[in-house]
Amino acid sequence: MPKAKVNGVEIDFENGMTVLQVAELAGEEIPRFCYHERLSIAGNCRMCLVEVKPGPPKPQASCALPAADGQEIITNSPMVQKARQGVMEFLLINHPLDCPICDQGGECDLQDQSVGYGRDETRYGENKRAVEEKYMGPLIKTVMTRCIQCTRCVRFITEVAGVPDIGLISRGEDVEITTYLDKAVASELSANVIDLCPVGALTSKPYAFNARPWELTKTESVDVMDALGSAIRIDARGPAVLRILPRINDAVNEEWISDKTRYACDGLSRQRLDRPMVRKNGRLSPVSWGEALDTVGSRLKSANPERIGVLAGDLQDAESLKASLDLFRGLGVASLDCRQDGSVLGNGPRESWLFNSTLEGIEQADVILLVGANPRVEAAVFNARLRKLWLTGKTRIGVIGEAADLTYGYDHLGAGPDAIAALGGAGSAFGAALKGAKSPAIIIGQGALNRADSPAVLAAATGLAASAGVVREGWNGWNVLHTAAGRVAGLDLGFTPGEGGLNAAAMTAKGAVDVLFLLGADETDLSATDAFVVYLGSHGDAGAHRADVILPGAAYTEKNGLYVNTEGRVQRGERAVFPKGEAKEDWSILRALSDHLGARLPYDSLEQLRAKLFADTPTFGQIDFSPGSIPAALDLGALGVAGPVSAEPFASPVRAFHLTNPIARASVTMAECAALASGLRLAAE
Amino acid sequence: MSVRRLAKEQPASFAFAPDIQDKVAWWIAKFPPGRQQSAVIPLLWLVQKQQGWVCEPALRVVAEALSMPVIRVLEIATFYTMFQLKPVGTVAHVQLCGTTPCMLRGANSLKGVLAAKIGAKDHCSTDGRFSWEEVECLGACANAPMAAINDYYYEDLTEASLEALLADFDAGKSPAPGSAIGREGSAPEGPALTLTDPRLYDGSRAKPLGGLPNAVTPEPAQ
Repeated sequence: MPKAKVNGVEIDFENGMTVLQVAELAGEEIPRFCYHERLSIAGNCRMCLVEVKPGPPKPQASCALPAADGQEIITNSPMVQKARQGVMEFLLINHPLDCPICDQGGECDLQDQSVGYGRDETRYGENKRAVEEKYMGPLIKTVMTRCIQCTRCVRFITEVAGVPDIGLISRGEDVEITTYLDKAVASELSANVIDLCPVGALTSKPYAFNARPWELTKTESVDVMDALGSAIRIDARGPAVLRILPRINDAVNEEWISDKTRYACDGLSRQRLDRPMVRKNGRLSPVSWGEALDTVGSRLKSANPERIGVLAGDLQDAESLKASLDLFRGLGVASLDCRQDGSVLGNGPRESWLFNSTLEGIEQADVILLVGANPRVEAAVFNARLRKLWLTGKTRIGVIGEAADLTYGYDHLGAGPDAIAALGGAGSAFGAALKGAKSPAIIIGQGALNRADSPAVLAAATGLAASAGVVREGWNGWNVLHTAAGRVAGLDLGFTPGEGGLNAAAMTAKGAVDVLFLLGADETDLSATDAFVVYLGSHGDAGAHRADVILPGAAYTEKNGLYVNTEGRVQRGERAVFPKGEAKEDWSILRALSDHLGARLPYDSLEQLRAKLFADTPTFGQIDFSPGSIPAALDLGALGVAGPVSAEPFASPVRAFHLTNPIARASVTMAECAALASGLRLAAE
Repeated sequence: MSVRRLAKEQPASFAFAPDIQDKVAWWIAKFPPGRQQSAVIPLLWLVQKQQGWVCEPALRVVAEALSMPVIRVLEIATFYTMFQLKPVGTVAHVQLCGTTPCMLRGANSLKGVLAAKIGAKDHCSTDGRFSWEEVECLGACANAPMAAINDYYYEDLTEASLEALLADFDAGKSPAPGSAIGREGSAPEGPALTLTDPRLYDGSRAKPLGGLPNAVTPEPAQ
């Protein structure tokens, strides 16, 4: 291992590291603006200057300089100090001194580093340059005079997001960051440039002038907008969630989150169900908790358990699923379902519905086949990982489904399920590549699982997987990409119809059940049902619209809850704020309801509920463990039912990326993004 | 140099003229597959040759021809000042050098001529036939003051000769490029003052060589 000396301390490093990385390894802090671990190296801010021996007798940009054996790196000499002061002085020449009115204030790299490494006063008496503001869409606010041209945003959008919409135009002192003719950035990950911007040039438009970072209560939690369970930080002030930021979790979201994750938070304070309601004379009117629970209790008691249906929504935490499962199973109800979209997975080994190679482990795959999945809208952050893989040039990606712009190149093998069988044929080049791959992976999306012929599709896919050896010793490439955050937890718990029970489609049919209990279920068509509908949830959306009784629950930022992501990783969501108005945490409502039914659930606190959950379903006890990290054997032959498939093309269940759940649909920001994405473009401002 | 922006008024569309299509194809074919983007500067130059300036629809045409994002084309078009982003004179576009050597040799008075004959700097004349701009050093300082008019350098200008040049362009002529006072390249003005001795050229001063100065001397015999 090569060795280098950092400020006189010898340190081992790996070949290929830069001087900056070696210095960081030694615990030295190197100031930087343009350098970012997950982006290409630009070397244009010059803030990371250090002294390197042997070498020319001048400071060197450490971010772009490869470290060499025997090098001596000095980060604290007078020369380095003077160089940093000089660079900082140049950067501040044209940077406005508007920190008091800048949203970046308090979390600004330039502010922090000018305190740490700058001079104490300015020597500059000339005019500063001013740059016109640019329009970059409804999420990114620009104050381009503050820009220091680090080009992080350009590199992120081009390299990671794969939507090259941002560029650096003109030259010299006139350079400007802009989109092409004020076009909105058309990436699902666009708002990450706000985090990347080291100054206040790109700031958050919906959050503009809302708060200072030191006023906010920061809660580390997980996201529920898609099934990835991205690591997030919820910033709240008082009762309001003001913004959501990503946390670093290399196993899931690296350090990005999608625009929906970030900006659906204004939906948390709109369209909220904040008190119990009962429909009287055709109108929902507010009532007390006691009356609401009595109404539900008497209805449930008088109904035949066979005529009760329970449907769980996409955003549910494992605790509320567990509590409702215990309650209704205890009543003898068999018609329970957590698959509003009619997905066919849920019977069989746990591995059959997990993303077994794990989100990080997919990077080992050399050939990946996407079946009925459009990861760009179903799991935008994961799509960036697939793009990263594709950029290495070592991974070949094939798609069966819609030929969408996924931001990377792929072999389009067909639109419908018939293409799966064709892959097994002798003439298919991609099929041959899949069979010859070292670590082949099949990613099957919800678009392939919610059709009438899905059992046959599943059988065809498992047949292909078996012939390609997708599951083999030390590797399991059978991957299901879910779209609902609560789905895997539901399937793990067995929140599926019992013997003689109805599934989601059957229980919402006319005359199928007498009482329909919706646990945050909003994605299903309720127009046919004539049942007495109870809605337990947080938002006034499709479910509440049809409901006869509304039991106001907590949104994901308002309760402690466990969520299981698509790879089966159990993650803990934390409460950042309290539920709105009279709303309660979902499990406690179910617990109170059980009292009214005379079938008291055996837990009085969340801890007791979790203890029971862990005892009954031990996988929930493995917090932040992804089962796929230890590849398990999986008998694919048991999945699906062989049969004829239709030629109808696969369609992603996500038709509008920004409007997939009740929180997002309540969000003004998401509505604006969705209008823009669908080409309607609201009049800006 | 100032902030470079696309012109406010843009044509609705752009297409390469049929006789330029071949050149476009030639430039694209010059680069290996997957590296077609390298042809972006030649293509933008062809646009400018055809149209006189680079319009916004042309950026999109070039981007499409090279399968590259249009923002990348915009970056290049705004980076290089040789690309005119707004219409220039249809007959002549004068790029007058205003850098120190030309300025010392009278470029400022030439600006007066251009302002009087054409109009304000960076604008087309009212009939749209002429335009002028001040540029940085064009590298012909020995022949200062000078201006590049359309594709050629016109050097050693005076107010009168510049006026005459403009009149020639106005009359539809193509004046010969180079020095306005008859200098050959950047050679001294007027007849030669040195190296005038005819004996230098008739061979009379030639003497037989005694030996080549760097010839290999034979090793002395032992």
